[in-house]
Amino acid sequence: MMDVPWNDFYPLLWEGLKVTVEVAVLSALAALVLSLVIGLCRVSKFKTVRIISQICTEVFRGLPLLVLLFWVYFALPFLGVEFDKVTSAVVAIGLNYGAFGSEIVRSAILAVPNGQSEAARALNFSPLQRMIYIILPQAALRMLPPFGNLMIELIKGTSLIYFITLSDLTYQALILRNNFLSMTPYIFLLLLLIYFVLSSFVSVTVRLLERKLAAGRL
Amino acid sequence: MNATELEKAAGQEAPARTRKRQADTGVQPIVRYEHVSKSFGDLEVLHDINLDIAPGEKVAMIGPSGSGKTTLGRMLMTLEEPSGGMITVDGEPLWHMKSKGRLVKANEAHLHRMRGNIGMVFQHFNLFPHMSVLRNVTIGPRKVLGISAEEAHERAVTMLGKVGLGDKLDVYPSMLSGGQKQRVAIARALVMNPKIMVFDEVTSALDPELVGEVLEVIKEIAREGEMAMMLITHEMDFARDVADRVIFGAEGHIVEQGPPEQIFENPQSERLQSFLSRFRLS
Repeated sequence: MMDVPWNDFYPLLWEGLKVTVEVAVLSALAALVLSLVIGLCRVSKFKTVRIISQICTEVFRGLPLLVLLFWVYFALPFLGVEFDKVTSAVVAIGLNYGAFGSEIVRSAILAVPNGQSEAARALNFSPLQRMIYIILPQAALRMLPPFGNLMIELIKGTSLIYFITLSDLTYQALILRNNFLSMTPYIFLLLLLIYFVLSSFVSVTVRLLERKLAAGRL
Repeated sequence: MNATELEKAAGQEAPARTRKRQADTGVQPIVRYEHVSKSFGDLEVLHDINLDIAPGEKVAMIGPSGSGKTTLGRMLMTLEEPSGGMITVDGEPLWHMKSKGRLVKANEAHLHRMRGNIGMVFQHFNLFPHMSVLRNVTIGPRKVLGISAEEAHERAVTMLGKVGLGDKLDVYPSMLSGGQKQRVAIARALVMNPKIMVFDEVTSALDPELVGEVLEVIKEIAREGEMAMMLITHEMDFARDVADRVIFGAEGHIVEQGPPEQIFENPQSERLQSFLSRFRLS
């Protein structure tokens, strides 16, 4: 234990952590926005909108994230669409997790009792007002736990971005392992711990948000 | 319903009939059902309903479950679209509008304008659980009527005082009893100032000991009100006390109607007699 050169590990892992957090935060935002947009389209009163959004969900949910990453970063340039590495990662992860998230949004909206919508209509709210003031705030509470899950999945999913040569946490750990082969267990222990701390941060945030949103409701 | 039927229902002959009925009563009805029917799939739950409600009139609708009385109220609140016929509110078609001289299905804008005349209290309260009692009552005036925050607050406080909940402003609905919830729901609907209000079995979901407080509030409103009321209820004593007219419906038809004394003391039809025999009137 005495001869583990911890101090040699930290600088590289810190560099990797910054990339992981950057990609995770940006793709989480992308995924949340996409979830909301596609999820709302899924409950639209227009059939075409419903069908198109359902196709989006099925396609991007059905592709393995790694294949999607390869497509966005390696294949799209041949079709004239070129993104830098971080953008590629954010697009691929955002689409993949956004597709899962849209199902969360859709089911949470459908789970709000019909009487709420009827009461809002009886008060003469417009369809948009019904959604904004009555349905979404109640659906949001139901969305939080599954969204917490999804965000944790997303953080762990970012470990795939080193395949498109982004030097994230996992990538830096592999570099370290090359330099200190005999230290492999310690390096990977550190890696596990960092990912665990990141996900715990999400769990705690979600739980706090839940408590705040549930104020007054039993 | 196709366009020709629509015009037949609402077009040439209707005005003459309308004028005649107006001459009879002297006032234009606030609500008029003309040949209204409603089907859910193959099941027709209302058949050819004709009914006028005068401004300020309190009409109680009684009848066995499945008689279609709730559907009648829900169509007025625009929660359920009639399958046939016309509903007119304050002289204007509710579910139809004029377009190039023809009556067509109403769009959202027309429905929005018409709904301003109508309010509803539901069997299961349907309070907004994520809002305080006060916010439940102010949000309609704020967002729909566009009234200032101060004035909406003032109106809501007055209204909640009237239903006996002036001390519960900042409480959330989950903390209230069923009777209190229903009184908040009544305040929430009243504060929008409708010309007619539908009370849809508002005590059916309450514990027996809480029914009284809600009925008292409604009686109070009925006494002071120029507002017309459609009271869909299973409370016969209540119907007799409050209503100007009682309508007995069964299997999608209006079987008998008249002043409460006549309906309860001297029922004409066998259906009504057998229905009333199942209630013990005090």
